[in-house]
Amino acid sequence: MNEIASFIIAKYNYWIYIVLMMIGLYAMIVKNNLVKKIIGMNIFQTAIILFYVSIGTKRGATIPIIYHGHGDGSHAVHATDYINPLPHVLMLTAIVVSVATLGVALAIALKVYRRYNTLEEDEIFTQIRRK
Amino acid sequence: MKKLGLIIVLICGSLMLYGTIDFPDWADPSSPASTHLSPYFIETAMHDTAVPNIVTAVLADYRGYDTMFETTVIFAAGLACFFLLRRFQRRAPDVNLFRHMPTGITLRIKKGGKVPVDSSEFERIDSIWVPYDLIIKTTCRLLIPFILLFALYVIAHGHHSPGGGFQGGVILGAGIILYAISHNLRAAKARIKERFDAYMCSAGVFIYVGTGVLCLLMGANFLDYSALAPLLGTDPIMARSHGILIVEIGVGIAVMAVMICLYYNLSSAGRQDEGL
Repeated sequence: MNEIASFIIAKYNYWIYIVLMMIGLYAMIVKNNLVKKIIGMNIFQTAIILFYVSIGTKRGATIPIIYHGHGDGSHAVHATDYINPLPHVLMLTAIVVSVATLGVALAIALKVYRRYNTLEEDEIFTQIRRK
Repeated sequence: MKKLGLIIVLICGSLMLYGTIDFPDWADPSSPASTHLSPYFIETAMHDTAVPNIVTAVLADYRGYDTMFETTVIFAAGLACFFLLRRFQRRAPDVNLFRHMPTGITLRIKKGGKVPVDSSEFERIDSIWVPYDLIIKTTCRLLIPFILLFALYVIAHGHHSPGGGFQGGVILGAGIILYAISHNLRAAKARIKERFDAYMCSAGVFIYVGTGVLCLLMGANFLDYSALAPLLGTDPIMARSHGILIVEIGVGIAVMAVMICLYYNLSSAGRQDEGL
Protein backbone atom coordinates (compact mmCIF):
# COMPACT_ATOMS: atom_id res chain seq x y z
CA MET A 1 0.00 0.00 0.00
CA ASN A 2 2.76 2.40 0.96
CA GLU A 3 4.66 1.55 -2.23
CA ILE A 4 1.67 2.36 -4.42
CA ALA A 5 1.15 5.68 -2.64
CA SER A 6 4.78 6.70 -3.08
CA PHE A 7 4.64 5.63 -6.75
CA ILE A 8 1.58 7.80 -7.34
CA ILE A 9 3.12 10.76 -5.54
CA ALA A 10 6.31 10.43 -7.60
CA LYS A 11 4.56 10.28 -10.99
CA TYR A 12 1.16 11.95 -10.79
CA ASN A 13 2.40 15.26 -12.20
CA TYR A 14 3.39 13.52 -15.45
CA TRP A 15 -0.06 11.99 -15.67
CA ILE A 16 -1.69 15.40 -15.36
CA TYR A 17 0.45 16.75 -18.20
CA ILE A 18 -0.34 13.74 -20.37
CA VAL A 19 -4.08 14.20 -19.78
CA LEU A 20 -3.74 17.90 -20.64
CA MET A 21 -1.73 17.09 -23.76
CA MET A 22 -4.31 14.54 -24.89
CA ILE A 23 -7.10 17.09 -24.42
CA GLY A 24 -5.19 19.38 -26.76
CA LEU A 25 -4.56 16.60 -29.28
CA TYR A 26 -8.23 15.58 -29.20
CA ALA A 27 -9.27 19.17 -29.89
CA MET A 28 -6.82 19.40 -32.79
CA ILE A 29 -8.07 16.17 -34.37
CA VAL A 30 -11.81 16.25 -33.73
CA LYS A 31 -12.99 19.85 -33.47
CA ASN A 32 -14.57 21.31 -36.56
CA ASN A 33 -13.93 24.98 -35.85
CA LEU A 34 -10.51 26.36 -36.78
CA VAL A 35 -10.27 28.60 -33.70
CA LYS A 36 -11.01 25.60 -31.45
CA LYS A 37 -8.22 23.70 -33.19
CA ILE A 38 -5.85 26.60 -32.52
CA ILE A 39 -6.85 26.65 -28.85
CA GLY A 40 -6.21 22.88 -28.76
CA MET A 41 -2.73 23.49 -30.13
CA ASN A 42 -2.15 26.02 -27.35
CA ILE A 43 -3.29 23.55 -24.69
CA PHE A 44 -0.86 21.00 -26.16
CA GLN A 45 2.01 23.50 -25.95
CA THR A 46 1.08 24.41 -22.38
CA ALA A 47 1.24 20.74 -21.37
CA ILE A 48 4.76 20.46 -22.80
CA ILE A 49 5.85 23.66 -21.05
CA LEU A 50 4.52 22.38 -17.70
CA PHE A 51 6.26 19.05 -18.26
CA TYR A 52 9.64 20.71 -18.86
CA VAL A 53 9.32 23.04 -15.89
CA SER A 54 8.47 20.09 -13.63
CA ILE A 55 11.61 18.29 -14.82
CA GLY A 56 13.69 21.15 -13.44
CA THR A 57 12.56 20.85 -9.83
CA LYS A 58 14.77 19.39 -7.12
CA ARG A 59 13.74 18.50 -3.59
CA GLY A 60 15.02 21.02 -1.06
CA ALA A 61 16.26 23.46 -3.69
CA THR A 62 15.24 27.05 -4.38
CA ILE A 63 14.83 29.14 -7.53
CA PRO A 64 17.97 29.55 -9.65
CA ILE A 65 18.92 33.00 -8.42
CA ILE A 66 22.08 32.95 -6.37
CA TYR A 67 21.96 34.27 -2.80
CA HIS A 68 24.17 37.22 -1.91
CA GLY A 69 24.52 37.93 -5.61
CA HIS A 70 25.20 41.59 -4.93
CA GLY A 71 28.35 40.88 -2.96
CA ASP A 72 31.76 39.82 -4.20
CA GLY A 73 30.43 36.40 -5.15
CA SER A 74 33.01 34.57 -3.10
CA HIS A 75 30.44 32.25 -1.54
CA ALA A 76 30.66 28.65 -2.62
CA VAL A 77 27.66 27.72 -4.78
CA HIS A 78 26.36 24.18 -4.52
CA ALA A 79 24.34 22.77 -7.39
CA THR A 80 22.02 20.94 -4.98
CA ASP A 81 20.74 24.23 -3.52
CA TYR A 82 19.29 25.56 -6.77
CA ILE A 83 16.82 24.00 -9.18
CA ASN A 84 17.83 23.22 -12.73
CA PRO A 85 17.78 26.48 -14.76
CA LEU A 86 17.98 24.91 -18.23
CA PRO A 87 14.31 23.83 -18.62
CA HIS A 88 13.28 27.33 -17.57
CA VAL A 89 15.47 28.88 -20.26
CA LEU A 90 14.14 26.51 -22.91
CA MET A 91 10.53 27.09 -21.92
CA LEU A 92 10.96 30.87 -21.74
CA THR A 93 11.72 30.79 -25.44
CA ALA A 94 9.03 28.14 -26.10
CA ILE A 95 6.36 30.37 -24.55
CA VAL A 96 7.39 33.16 -26.87
CA VAL A 97 7.27 30.83 -29.87
CA SER A 98 3.80 29.68 -28.80
CA VAL A 99 2.62 33.30 -28.73
CA ALA A 100 4.11 33.84 -32.19
CA THR A 101 2.46 30.71 -33.62
CA LEU A 102 -0.85 31.73 -32.01
CA GLY A 103 -0.66 35.15 -33.65
CA VAL A 104 0.16 33.76 -37.09
CA ALA A 105 -2.47 31.00 -36.77
CA LEU A 106 -5.16 33.53 -35.85
CA ALA A 107 -4.07 35.71 -38.78
CA ILE A 108 -4.45 32.77 -41.17
CA ALA A 109 -7.83 31.92 -39.63
CA LEU A 110 -8.96 35.50 -40.22
CA LYS A 111 -7.75 35.23 -43.81
CA VAL A 112 -9.68 31.98 -44.25
CA TYR A 113 -12.79 33.61 -42.80
CA ARG A 114 -12.46 36.53 -45.19
CA ARG A 115 -12.24 34.13 -48.16
CA TYR A 116 -14.92 31.56 -47.24
CA ASN A 117 -17.09 33.46 -44.71
CA THR A 118 -16.91 30.55 -42.28
CA LEU A 119 -14.49 28.94 -39.84
CA GLU A 120 -16.13 25.50 -39.88
CA GLU A 121 -13.87 22.99 -41.56
CA ASP A 122 -16.56 20.91 -43.31
CA GLU A 123 -18.21 24.00 -44.82
CA ILE A 124 -14.82 25.17 -46.13
CA PHE A 125 -14.25 21.73 -47.70
CA THR A 126 -17.66 21.74 -49.43
CA GLN A 127 -16.93 25.19 -50.81
CA ILE A 128 -13.54 24.04 -52.12
CA ARG A 129 -15.04 20.92 -53.74
CA ARG A 130 -17.79 22.90 -55.42
CA LYS A 131 -15.22 24.79 -57.49
CA MET B 1 -14.12 11.13 -37.05
CA LYS B 2 -14.96 11.67 -33.40
CA LYS B 3 -14.55 7.98 -32.56
CA LEU B 4 -11.32 7.70 -34.56
CA GLY B 5 -9.93 10.75 -32.79
CA LEU B 6 -10.89 9.37 -29.41
CA ILE B 7 -9.21 6.03 -30.19
CA ILE B 8 -6.00 7.74 -31.35
CA VAL B 9 -5.95 9.94 -28.25
CA LEU B 10 -6.58 7.02 -25.91
CA ILE B 11 -3.83 4.89 -27.50
CA CYS B 12 -1.31 7.76 -27.43
CA GLY B 13 -2.23 8.65 -23.86
CA SER B 14 -1.99 5.10 -22.54
CA LEU B 15 1.37 4.57 -24.26
CA MET B 16 2.68 7.75 -22.68
CA LEU B 17 1.25 6.81 -19.28
CA TYR B 18 3.04 3.47 -19.61
CA GLY B 19 6.22 5.36 -20.44
CA THR B 20 6.11 7.39 -17.25
CA ILE B 21 7.02 4.26 -15.24
CA ASP B 22 10.62 4.74 -16.37
CA PHE B 23 10.66 8.48 -15.68
CA PRO B 24 12.66 9.84 -12.75
CA ASP B 25 10.59 10.62 -9.69
CA TRP B 26 9.26 14.12 -9.33
CA ALA B 27 11.81 16.53 -7.72
CA ASP B 28 14.50 13.85 -7.66
CA PRO B 29 17.87 15.66 -7.24
CA SER B 30 19.71 12.85 -9.05
CA SER B 31 17.49 12.78 -12.14
CA PRO B 32 19.36 12.77 -15.48
CA ALA B 33 18.22 16.31 -16.31
CA SER B 34 19.86 17.74 -13.19
CA THR B 35 23.14 15.83 -13.17
CA HIS B 36 25.05 16.52 -16.39
CA LEU B 37 24.99 20.10 -17.62
CA SER B 38 23.01 22.10 -15.10
CA PRO B 39 25.49 21.83 -12.16
CA TYR B 40 28.11 23.49 -14.37
CA PHE B 41 25.84 26.43 -15.09
CA ILE B 42 24.71 26.78 -11.49
CA GLU B 43 28.24 26.74 -10.12
CA THR B 44 30.01 28.90 -12.70
CA ALA B 45 27.40 31.33 -14.05
CA MET B 46 27.90 33.84 -11.22
CA HIS B 47 31.66 33.57 -11.52
CA ASP B 48 31.65 33.95 -15.33
CA THR B 49 29.08 36.66 -15.86
CA ALA B 50 28.38 38.36 -12.48
CA VAL B 51 24.64 37.72 -13.01
CA PRO B 52 22.94 36.10 -9.99
CA ASN B 53 19.89 35.03 -12.03
CA ILE B 54 21.21 31.93 -13.77
CA VAL B 55 18.25 31.79 -16.14
CA THR B 56 19.10 35.23 -17.50
CA ALA B 57 22.80 34.36 -17.76
CA VAL B 58 22.12 31.15 -19.68
CA LEU B 59 19.45 32.78 -21.84
CA ALA B 60 21.39 35.77 -23.07
CA ASP B 61 25.01 34.66 -22.72
CA TYR B 62 25.62 30.92 -22.94
CA ARG B 63 22.67 30.36 -25.26
CA GLY B 64 22.84 33.75 -26.95
CA TYR B 65 22.41 32.37 -30.47
CA ASP B 66 19.20 30.61 -29.48
CA THR B 67 17.72 33.77 -28.02
CA MET B 68 18.84 35.85 -30.99
CA PHE B 69 16.99 33.62 -33.42
CA GLU B 70 14.06 33.47 -31.01
CA THR B 71 13.81 37.23 -31.31
CA THR B 72 14.01 36.82 -35.07
CA VAL B 73 11.15 34.30 -34.92
CA ILE B 74 9.00 36.86 -33.09
CA PHE B 75 9.95 39.49 -35.64
CA ALA B 76 9.04 37.08 -38.46
CA ALA B 77 5.68 36.35 -36.78
CA GLY B 78 4.92 40.07 -36.64
CA LEU B 79 5.90 40.43 -40.31
CA ALA B 80 3.79 37.40 -41.31
CA CYS B 81 0.75 38.79 -39.51
CA PHE B 82 1.26 42.16 -41.18
CA PHE B 83 1.61 40.75 -44.68
CA LEU B 84 -1.28 38.30 -44.29
CA LEU B 85 -3.81 40.77 -42.96
CA ARG B 86 -2.94 44.39 -43.62
CA ARG B 87 -5.19 46.08 -46.18
CA PHE B 88 -4.31 49.57 -47.21
CA GLN B 89 -7.15 50.64 -49.49
CA ARG B 90 -9.26 52.91 -47.39
CA ARG B 91 -12.96 52.20 -47.84
CA ALA B 92 -15.07 55.01 -46.47
CA PRO B 93 -17.60 53.52 -44.03
CA ASP B 94 -21.29 53.82 -44.88
CA VAL B 95 -22.12 55.39 -41.54
CA ASN B 96 -19.94 57.40 -39.19
CA LEU B 97 -20.90 57.54 -35.55
CA PHE B 98 -19.94 60.57 -33.50
CA ARG B 99 -20.60 61.16 -29.85
CA HIS B 100 -21.26 64.66 -28.55
CA MET B 101 -19.23 64.56 -25.37
CA PRO B 102 -21.09 67.08 -23.10
CA THR B 103 -24.55 65.61 -23.73
CA GLY B 104 -23.75 62.00 -24.60
CA ILE B 105 -25.89 62.12 -27.76
CA THR B 106 -24.72 59.90 -30.60
CA LEU B 107 -24.81 61.39 -34.08
CA ARG B 108 -25.26 59.11 -37.06
CA ILE B 109 -23.80 60.63 -40.21
CA LYS B 110 -24.39 58.90 -43.53
CA LYS B 111 -21.87 58.78 -46.35
CA GLY B 112 -21.41 62.20 -47.88
CA GLY B 113 -22.71 64.00 -44.82
CA LYS B 114 -20.76 66.75 -43.15
CA VAL B 115 -18.45 65.43 -40.45
CA PRO B 116 -18.06 67.56 -37.31
CA VAL B 117 -14.62 69.13 -37.27
CA ASP B 118 -14.61 70.46 -33.72
CA SER B 119 -12.85 67.49 -32.21
CA SER B 120 -12.90 68.75 -28.63
CA GLU B 121 -16.65 68.22 -28.31
CA PHE B 122 -17.17 65.35 -30.75
CA GLU B 123 -15.51 61.96 -30.54
CA ARG B 124 -15.65 59.42 -33.36
CA ILE B 125 -16.80 55.98 -32.12
CA ASP B 126 -16.76 52.57 -33.79
CA SER B 127 -19.56 51.55 -36.11
CA ILE B 128 -20.69 49.01 -33.51
CA TRP B 129 -22.07 51.41 -30.94
CA VAL B 130 -20.29 51.33 -27.59
CA PRO B 131 -21.50 53.09 -24.46
CA TYR B 132 -19.33 55.78 -22.95
CA ASP B 133 -17.70 54.33 -19.85
CA LEU B 134 -16.00 56.85 -17.58
CA ILE B 135 -14.98 54.24 -14.98
CA ILE B 136 -13.10 51.99 -17.42
CA LYS B 137 -11.35 54.88 -19.14
CA THR B 138 -10.28 56.59 -15.91
CA THR B 139 -9.13 53.36 -14.25
CA CYS B 140 -7.06 52.36 -17.25
CA ARG B 141 -5.58 55.82 -17.57
CA LEU B 142 -4.47 55.64 -13.93
CA LEU B 143 -3.18 52.06 -14.20
CA ILE B 144 -1.31 52.10 -17.51
CA PRO B 145 1.65 54.29 -16.42
CA PHE B 146 2.32 51.94 -13.51
CA ILE B 147 2.01 48.88 -15.75
CA LEU B 148 4.59 50.39 -18.12
CA LEU B 149 6.85 51.35 -15.20
CA PHE B 150 6.65 47.81 -13.84
CA ALA B 151 7.54 46.47 -17.29
CA LEU B 152 10.68 48.63 -17.35
CA TYR B 153 11.53 47.35 -13.86
CA VAL B 154 11.11 43.75 -15.03
CA ILE B 155 13.50 44.37 -17.94
CA ALA B 156 16.07 46.30 -15.93
CA HIS B 157 16.01 44.03 -12.89
CA GLY B 158 16.19 40.80 -14.84
CA HIS B 159 19.72 40.21 -13.57
CA HIS B 160 18.71 39.95 -9.92
CA SER B 161 15.11 38.75 -9.95
CA PRO B 162 12.83 36.76 -12.22
CA GLY B 163 12.40 38.84 -15.33
CA GLY B 164 14.07 39.88 -18.52
CA GLY B 165 13.42 41.12 -21.99
CA PHE B 166 10.69 38.73 -23.05
CA GLN B 167 8.57 39.17 -19.94
CA GLY B 168 9.04 42.92 -19.71
CA GLY B 169 8.36 43.35 -23.40
CA VAL B 170 5.10 41.45 -23.13
CA ILE B 171 4.02 43.61 -20.16
CA LEU B 172 4.90 46.78 -22.10
CA GLY B 173 2.85 45.55 -25.06
CA ALA B 174 -0.02 44.58 -22.76
CA GLY B 175 -0.09 48.12 -21.33
CA ILE B 176 -0.51 49.61 -24.79
CA ILE B 177 -3.10 46.96 -25.72
CA LEU B 178 -5.04 47.78 -22.53
CA TYR B 179 -5.08 51.40 -23.66
CA ALA B 180 -6.39 50.33 -27.07
CA ILE B 181 -9.11 48.18 -25.49
CA SER B 182 -10.24 50.76 -22.94
CA HIS B 183 -10.38 53.66 -25.41
CA ASN B 184 -10.35 52.53 -29.02
CA LEU B 185 -7.91 51.52 -31.71
CA ARG B 186 -7.64 55.02 -33.17
CA ALA B 187 -6.66 56.50 -29.81
CA ALA B 188 -3.91 53.89 -29.41
CA LYS B 189 -2.72 54.45 -32.97
CA ALA B 190 -2.48 58.17 -32.26
CA ARG B 191 -0.01 57.32 -29.45
CA ILE B 192 1.93 54.47 -31.11
CA LYS B 193 1.81 54.92 -34.86
CA GLU B 194 2.07 51.90 -37.10
CA ARG B 195 5.23 53.19 -38.73
CA PHE B 196 6.87 53.81 -35.35
CA ASP B 197 5.84 50.32 -34.28
CA ALA B 198 7.45 48.80 -37.36
CA TYR B 199 10.66 50.73 -36.67
CA MET B 200 10.67 49.44 -33.08
CA CYS B 201 10.19 45.84 -34.31
CA SER B 202 13.32 46.00 -36.39
CA ALA B 203 15.22 48.18 -33.91
CA GLY B 204 14.96 45.49 -31.23
CA VAL B 205 16.40 42.80 -33.48
CA PHE B 206 19.00 45.28 -34.73
CA ILE B 207 20.19 46.03 -31.17
CA TYR B 208 20.65 42.32 -30.48
CA VAL B 209 22.47 41.50 -33.73
CA GLY B 210 24.37 44.78 -33.58
CA THR B 211 25.76 43.87 -30.15
CA GLY B 212 26.99 40.60 -31.61
CA VAL B 213 28.59 42.32 -34.59
CA LEU B 214 30.22 44.85 -32.26
CA CYS B 215 31.81 41.93 -30.43
CA LEU B 216 33.10 40.66 -33.80
CA LEU B 217 34.56 44.08 -34.59
CA MET B 218 36.29 44.14 -31.19
CA GLY B 219 38.09 40.96 -32.17
CA ALA B 220 36.15 38.28 -30.26
CA ASN B 221 33.52 35.72 -31.21
CA PHE B 222 29.98 36.71 -32.18
CA LEU B 223 27.98 37.58 -29.00
CA ASP B 224 31.04 37.25 -26.73
CA TYR B 225 30.24 40.29 -24.60
CA SER B 226 33.52 40.24 -22.70
CA ALA B 227 35.09 41.91 -25.75
CA LEU B 228 33.00 45.01 -25.01
CA ALA B 229 34.99 45.71 -21.82
CA PRO B 230 37.08 48.59 -23.29
CA LEU B 231 33.94 50.28 -24.65
CA LEU B 232 32.00 49.97 -21.38
CA GLY B 233 34.99 50.78 -19.20
CA THR B 234 34.72 47.70 -16.99
CA ASP B 235 36.44 44.36 -16.55
CA PRO B 236 35.45 41.51 -18.91
CA ILE B 237 33.14 39.81 -16.39
CA MET B 238 31.09 42.94 -15.72
CA ALA B 239 31.10 43.57 -19.48
CA ARG B 240 29.29 40.26 -19.94
CA SER B 241 26.71 41.40 -17.38
CA HIS B 242 26.21 44.73 -19.17
CA GLY B 243 26.12 43.01 -22.56
CA ILE B 244 23.26 40.84 -21.30
CA LEU B 245 21.38 43.99 -20.25
CA ILE B 246 21.83 45.60 -23.69
CA VAL B 247 20.60 42.48 -25.40
CA GLU B 248 17.61 42.17 -23.07
CA ILE B 249 16.62 45.75 -23.86
CA GLY B 250 16.69 44.86 -27.55
CA VAL B 251 14.54 41.78 -26.92
CA GLY B 252 12.08 43.85 -24.86
CA ILE B 253 11.67 46.46 -27.60
CA ALA B 254 11.16 43.81 -30.28
CA VAL B 255 8.62 41.81 -28.24
CA MET B 256 6.65 44.94 -27.29
CA ALA B 257 6.44 46.14 -30.87
CA VAL B 258 5.43 42.73 -32.22
CA MET B 259 2.69 42.33 -29.59
CA ILE B 260 1.27 45.72 -30.57
CA CYS B 261 1.54 44.86 -34.27
CA LEU B 262 -0.28 41.56 -33.72
CA TYR B 263 -3.05 43.28 -31.77
CA TYR B 264 -3.53 46.12 -34.28
CA ASN B 265 -3.81 43.71 -37.20
CA LEU B 266 -5.83 40.94 -35.54
CA SER B 267 -8.37 43.14 -33.75
CA SER B 268 -9.27 45.13 -36.86
CA ALA B 269 -8.79 42.36 -39.46
CA GLY B 270 -6.02 44.39 -41.07
CA ARG B 271 -7.95 47.61 -41.72
CA GLN B 272 -6.74 49.34 -38.58
CA ASP B 273 -9.55 51.87 -38.60
CA GLU B 274 -11.76 50.46 -35.88
CA GLY B 275 -10.98 47.58 -33.57
CA LEU B 276 -12.36 45.93 -30.48
